[in-house]
Amino acid sequence: MEIFAIVISAILVNNIVLMQFLGICPFMGVSKKLSTAVGMTGAVTFVMVLATIVTYLLQTYVLEPFGIGYLQTISFILVIASFVQMVEIVLKKVSPPLSSALGVFLPLITTNCAIMGVALLTIQYEYNLVEGVIYAIGSAIGFGVAISLFAGIREHLDLMNVPKGMRGTPIALVAAGILAMAFMGFSGLV
Amino acid sequence: MNQMQNFTKGFIKENAVFVLLLGLCPTLAVTSSAVNGLGMGLATTFVLVMANIVVSLVKNLIPDKVRIPSFIVIIASFVTMVDLSMAGFLPSLHESLGIFIPLIVVNCLVLGRAEAFASKNNIGSSIIDGLGMGLGFAFALTLLGAVRELLGAGSVFGIEIPIFPTTEKGSPITMLIFVLAPGAFIVLGYLIAMINRFKKS
Repeated sequence: MEIFAIVISAILVNNIVLMQFLGICPFMGVSKKLSTAVGMTGAVTFVMVLATIVTYLLQTYVLEPFGIGYLQTISFILVIASFVQMVEIVLKKVSPPLSSALGVFLPLITTNCAIMGVALLTIQYEYNLVEGVIYAIGSAIGFGVAISLFAGIREHLDLMNVPKGMRGTPIALVAAGILAMAFMGFSGLV
Repeated sequence: MNQMQNFTKGFIKENAVFVLLLGLCPTLAVTSSAVNGLGMGLATTFVLVMANIVVSLVKNLIPDKVRIPSFIVIIASFVTMVDLSMAGFLPSLHESLGIFIPLIVVNCLVLGRAEAFASKNNIGSSIIDGLGMGLGFAFALTLLGAVRELLGAGSVFGIEIPIFPTTEKGSPITMLIFVLAPGAFIVLGYLIAMINRFKKS
């Protein structure tokens, strides 16, 4: 039940993009087409789950026992950056089709604050490893839901006759605001 | 480009938030009040200036291949400094900015300036560039925070502005939606539209 609550909360109630404002850059950047949005979601899910596991282990077995919690920011970002590099290299060798599908998105992920944010929040909420992984999966799905919905909206927006000053980013932001308003309807669900 | 232009470009012409759309996560997340926006903006400015100084000093010592990871380590050290000093001196601000203080590390604005400007220019211009871009970012965050606070809570910097009708008990009837998540997107959208209009004329 606890696990179910974590998933629902991460996908709908505290949606990582629309409610917590993590990962706004890819949300605005790669949401022009539905297909790229789906590709980005794949890459984010993959890296987010693995990065959460690695940073959790780092926090519990290295930073805390040695009392060097103040190195959290530096060590997390280094782990995530090198981890993304590693995933890129391994994928290229092991699964070329997956690599070419996710390839363009992987370098962008290092500066995606959703990855680092979920890693930090897992520690902050004091989740254990299983809950942390579930939370990461839920957050990644939440990211996917938000970005796919938004990409669909933006594909339609392109065809609309928008007032001159609002074209492009401004109307996209207002649409994101209305989407966020819709997600507010889920509050109180868990 | 003279130093004056170098300093002022960050405010309107190349404003990080309104024009370049960099660093949107903290922009949207912490600007529920003007004070939070200003605090976040100044913290980012500090990191930006210090990182620019160090990057421009060590730019010739770092091999080209490992420059991005090295820049990230430099930035992360200054972010840790800001994080710890803010927790010590301004605990309430630290509390309300929360997770977004360590997340300055992944703010594309900071890494972007280190890579695009400080790694190619001398220390003097790098400081001015960092100050200009940082204060421009702080300006944008404060403006966004002020508008949201005014519409959503009827005050700016905690000072009440009586523009809303009041209830019988005297508390203003405000549009709460603007201090919540959707308001951030909508206010930023309209501010960018206004800036676009302003730039054309």
